[in-house]
Amino acid sequence: MLGLTKIYTMGEVEVQALRGVDLELYGGELVVLLGPSGSGKSTLLNILGGLDTATGGEVYYRDRDLTHADENTLTDYRRHHVGFVFQFYNLIPSLTARENVAVVTEIVRNPMTPEDALALVNLQERMDHFPAQLSGGEQQRVAIARAIAKNPAVLLCDEPTGALDSETGIVVLEALERANRELGTTTALITHNAGIADMADRVVHITNGHIGSIQRNTQRKSARELSW
Amino acid sequence: MRALNRKLWRDLWDMRGMVLAIALVQVGGVATFVMSLSTYDSLLLTRDRYYREQRFAEVFASLKRAPENLIGRIQTIPGVDQVQTRVVAAVRLEVPGFSDPVTGTLVSVPDTHPPRLNTLYLRQGRTLDAGRDDEVMIDESFATAHGLQPGDRLTATINGRRKALTITGIVLSPEYIYSIAPGAVFPDFEHYGILWMARKPLATAYDMDGAFNDIALSLERGTNAESVIEALDRLLTRYGGGGAYAREDQLSHRFLTEELHGLQTMATVFPVIFLGVAAFLLNVVIGRLVATQREQIAILKAFGYSNLDVGRHYAALVLMIVCLGLAGGIGTGIWLGRGLSAVYMQFYHFPFLHYRLDPVVIGLAALVSVLAGLTGTLHAVGKAARLPPAEAMRPDTPTAYRPTLIERLGLQRLFSQPTRMIARHIERRPVKSLLTVAGMASACGIIMVANFQKDAVRHMIDVQYTMSQRQDLSVTFTEPSSYKALYSLAGLPGVEYAEGVRTVPVRLRFEHRSYRTSLQGLAPGSKLRRVLDANLRRVDIPPDGIVMTDYLAELLGISPGEVLTVEVLEGRRPVLKIPVTGTTSEYLGVSAYLQRGTLNRLMQEGDAINGAYLTVDPPLRDQVYRELDEMPRVAGILVRDSAIRSFYRTMEETILFFSFVFALLGGFIAFGVVYNSARIALSERDRELASLRVLGFTHPEVAYILLGELGIATLLALPPGFLFGRLLCGYLTQAFRSDLYRIPLILEPGTYAFAAAVVLASATVSALMLWRKLHKLDLIGVLKTRE
Repeated sequence: MLGLTKIYTMGEVEVQALRGVDLELYGGELVVLLGPSGSGKSTLLNILGGLDTATGGEVYYRDRDLTHADENTLTDYRRHHVGFVFQFYNLIPSLTARENVAVVTEIVRNPMTPEDALALVNLQERMDHFPAQLSGGEQQRVAIARAIAKNPAVLLCDEPTGALDSETGIVVLEALERANRELGTTTALITHNAGIADMADRVVHITNGHIGSIQRNTQRKSARELSW
Repeated sequence: MRALNRKLWRDLWDMRGMVLAIALVQVGGVATFVMSLSTYDSLLLTRDRYYREQRFAEVFASLKRAPENLIGRIQTIPGVDQVQTRVVAAVRLEVPGFSDPVTGTLVSVPDTHPPRLNTLYLRQGRTLDAGRDDEVMIDESFATAHGLQPGDRLTATINGRRKALTITGIVLSPEYIYSIAPGAVFPDFEHYGILWMARKPLATAYDMDGAFNDIALSLERGTNAESVIEALDRLLTRYGGGGAYAREDQLSHRFLTEELHGLQTMATVFPVIFLGVAAFLLNVVIGRLVATQREQIAILKAFGYSNLDVGRHYAALVLMIVCLGLAGGIGTGIWLGRGLSAVYMQFYHFPFLHYRLDPVVIGLAALVSVLAGLTGTLHAVGKAARLPPAEAMRPDTPTAYRPTLIERLGLQRLFSQPTRMIARHIERRPVKSLLTVAGMASACGIIMVANFQKDAVRHMIDVQYTMSQRQDLSVTFTEPSSYKALYSLAGLPGVEYAEGVRTVPVRLRFEHRSYRTSLQGLAPGSKLRRVLDANLRRVDIPPDGIVMTDYLAELLGISPGEVLTVEVLEGRRPVLKIPVTGTTSEYLGVSAYLQRGTLNRLMQEGDAINGAYLTVDPPLRDQVYRELDEMPRVAGILVRDSAIRSFYRTMEETILFFSFVFALLGGFIAFGVVYNSARIALSERDRELASLRVLGFTHPEVAYILLGELGIATLLALPPGFLFGRLLCGYLTQAFRSDLYRIPLILEPGTYAFAAAVVLASATVSALMLWRKLHKLDLIGVLKTRE
């Protein structure tokens, strides 16, 4: 990402969310994007994932230019290369856990089976439950299973523990960690919770639409060891 | 995409209440469409088959008396196929147990073989025995009106001699689907009947041995009826021919055609409006339904589903709903169509019914429904899909709220916070609010049509029979008579007042247009027969010109001041040039009037009348009937009360039935619009309303915010609804104009009130249903999740 800027027009107000961001993600690493709410980190993640377009600057995925990509290219990028985990899970309420994963696996090349993906997040017992029958942590793990089932190159997580208590949050983070380690998926995780930063290879501090600093952890902690 | 398909089925099931409401609206639209068009189609098809099978003639003429051997010459007219001569006579009848005067027409049937043309369809009993002079067959309408069966007896006055007749059979004839007494405007099966008798005894009774006074012809394919009519007229003139006419001028056929034309108007204009309104609703409701799924659309897109995939998914969802409505609508339409066709079959006395549903009708209904549903869906999906998924996953931007006009005017102190919320919500999405109002207004307008017809018919009766035709009885004579004949009528005990009238059958011509009707010579300043203008003011008939119905003037393309060519079809058959001096606005028939004295002078006949209008002292009415019955000069008697009854009957059985169905379906639509609007408003705002509940608002306060908007929309919908209804009724009065009647645009306050009541009732029921749903607001959920 080079010189990325993003300006939102919210009715009559203009909000500058990103003010020139340069950042590179490396294969297989786990990056935590840390910053207070309103710092622009969600915007950054959305642009990274092809969910939103930048106002200025350039974004590349491998040698693919996403900055000027059309709708079809972005759709293809999201379909085959990116997995998303959202703060509020965004499961489809009318589908069971297994079917929520299947919605994705049915449209991609070389997915894992929904059952394998759910086993990876330890939900094999509750595959046929509807979202309304699952706890928040379980719903988020379904969302993670859904994101990793396509074997994405990049996994993007927007405050995955934001709506959960710390104990449940750690179970969710363990699932992410396992996916990163076992599948080698490049993982970018957004949080305003500094306690999570210790599980990352790199921690990117974002304030007010800028990258403040980048810190490299010499020793990654496992999710189990985290607390907040 | 199996998982996505499963989502589709579950979504459908979850939304079943709304799906049903949408489908019902569509059922209303499609059913009306299918019912009306298939009914009309079937009647037309049935009539044509009936005409073909019974060999209904194509040219008709009546005359005074011609020798039977004239047939040979008639047969040589180029284009003539079959010829059937007959003896036809007017009779007065006595039906046991019925005291009103009854008249009839006696028609001869060949003694030895069935008629070549206008064959009879035997419904009950048997045909006549050859040569019997005391047997008749009667038409079914007349038999039904009096409950007559084969074997029953009637008394007829045939050429002045009373004779007892036995009914051998009940029959149907294509020639008398409608039997309308001479001088009457509407069929009256109680007071007028058709009887068929063997040719020989009938000819003997009327001194017509070896002769005929009526003829019917069929034509070879591709023959121009006009040229045959001209040739026939030339042959018949010296035998007192009254002018031959083609099938389209034949009374029963014309009446049936006009009736079917009225039906056609109902069957096309109305369902098209209906289907249009249903389609419009479908479009709006589906659009909003999809809009509430905006987040799910964004999620699917975030996973890499293309816009096409998402569009297909929602298109499939909507097509399921549309197909449900379509299937229900077509099924209901066929069911109603069969029922309605059967009603009409009975009404028109068709011997059979050929029900037909044109596949084009179904195709059209399907096309309109699918298009309406799909455009609504794709518009909404497109709107959601155009947004980047990140933005679409956020709730809709709540930015555009503004102080309303009221607040900008500084009147906000008058309104509470919730009221301001209602006002701002309406103002924020003016198009949406407008569409809701438009939907309710169309429902309101449709409902108005049903009652409008009742208002209009009541008004027509009032004008026609209390202001214009004020006589209790009209009497027609067998032949033009001296004015002195009136004195013998006026002198009858019970007759209060009598006025003579001279009527002459004519063909009116102006430029290339012509019309067959009768010219009525009225006494100047007539008390009983008043000619009225559009403002119901009396029009005086000047001594030197014709006053005609404005509709007739329109048909002929003539205006006051221009000179009309009048071909008299009686007596010496003079051709006259008479200026049109004015027009009248009558609702029934197409008549032309002039002063009786003027008509007598033009006919060079002295002071003649051939009919009279009477007012009668009610207690002596039966006695007057009996006296009139004794007078050989009297050919027919029309009673005003029975004319009114038969008019009502005709209107009710045809048009009013349709109106009733439409009113019902209109109510359906009203409910569909209101309920769907409210239901969607709730699903769009449940989070906001739950938040208010969390903040301490009571259930009624929250309900006020939601239902207040609905209430305002309902009230706002009434004035444009009234306007729409008025325009719709105005359009229908135009579409219904025929030479039989013109329906005036009369809307009573009750009609407005009824339409408003139906709309308000639908709104109230919807409000009650929402009130209950509001109890189920998820207060915890709103705290847990975002926004």
